[in-house]
Amino acid sequence: MQNGKTKHIWKLLSSVPDPEIPVISVVELGVIRKVTYEDNSYKICITPTYSGCPAVKTFTDDIKTCLVKNGINNFKIELVYSPAWTTDWMSENTKKKLQKFGIAPPSKVVLCPLCSSKNTQLISEFGATACKAMHKCLDCLEPFEAFKCI
Amino acid sequence: MNSLLIYTLRIADCSLVLGQRMCEWCSKGPTLEEDIALSNIGLDLFGQANGFYEYASKVDGNKSADELAFKRNEREFYNFQISEQKNEHFGTTMVRNFLRDAFKYLFYNELSKSNDVTLAALASKSLKEVKYHLRHSTNWVIRLGDGTNESNSKVQQSLNFLWQFTGEFFEMDDVDKEMLNEGIGVDNKKLKGKWDKLIIDTLNKAKLKKPEDGYMATGSKKGIHTEHLGFLLAEMQYLPRAYPDAKW
Repeated sequence: MQNGKTKHIWKLLSSVPDPEIPVISVVELGVIRKVTYEDNSYKICITPTYSGCPAVKTFTDDIKTCLVKNGINNFKIELVYSPAWTTDWMSENTKKKLQKFGIAPPSKVVLCPLCSSKNTQLISEFGATACKAMHKCLDCLEPFEAFKCI
Repeated sequence: MNSLLIYTLRIADCSLVLGQRMCEWCSKGPTLEEDIALSNIGLDLFGQANGFYEYASKVDGNKSADELAFKRNEREFYNFQISEQKNEHFGTTMVRNFLRDAFKYLFYNELSKSNDVTLAALASKSLKEVKYHLRHSTNWVIRLGDGTNESNSKVQQSLNFLWQFTGEFFEMDDVDKEMLNEGIGVDNKKLKGKWDKLIIDTLNKAKLKKPEDGYMATGSKKGIHTEHLGFLLAEMQYLPRAYPDAKW
């Protein structure tokens, strides 16, 4: 997916943070599916994390702003639905960043981001954003958010 | 209207109308967690509806997705009548969602194999979300059914009332048949056996009785609805109709 023509675009996109989880970029989140260069124009394919996630509109605008600010005006952004976004696209490094930020990364075994205990419990499958669920740690007793596995 | 447009609108309308019902719970949920859960489900449903409306708009070639959602009247809406039923108490909302989620789970699973690549992609995406919606409503039906005598009797009444709206799930009209023949649509009739199994398994765990198949409501595929849809649309469509072209 990355070649000479689009490498600098990927680099710029890597500087656009997720609007709700600013420690990771939109590239790390896995929503940038493809960047191509054809007929003197870049096409950036993005996919929504959750169908109704309001962050999609925000990061689309942020991407536009970032590219224009860096002198790139010949691009279009296309929303693609297939293949559907999955948390499997997140790298180990990205997961570490989430854990450090206080959000348990997507995993079958949910680790408390504060004390690293495996002794945690799901409180609710829904949280402050579409991508997170609420858990609590049975060792340090702190409530915390965890990224849902989808 | 062409069949593909009607078929797509039916799916979109179902999500939009139930999403609006979920919104009505916002700030009124029985607990903070449930308030957030119902709003989140509403958000997912709006997102799914938006995807299908965008596609419907493309198929239509004239109306925008917003116009399709906000500028049609109740006789032009094709959502299942169960989606527009009032929330009533929390138990009724959960039974309604459970009956519908179980159907949508099976429906999207089939639609994800459609020849129409856009419908297939939207179905695969929606399926991921319907899975945890179904888990949520199933758990509540079990908890309330197998709870106290009071909660059991209340959700049994909800189930007895809502059952008449489940016949629509499995209807096949000319549009459905045409879409099925073209390899685009789903054979709804074929889903009945699996749906029954899903429902019965949960009702047994919940100590609830499956109602007998008696009178079944029908008509939404032709735009015929219960009295509740008009009021729901009046509230939902008020702003874009009162202030046309209003922007965020």
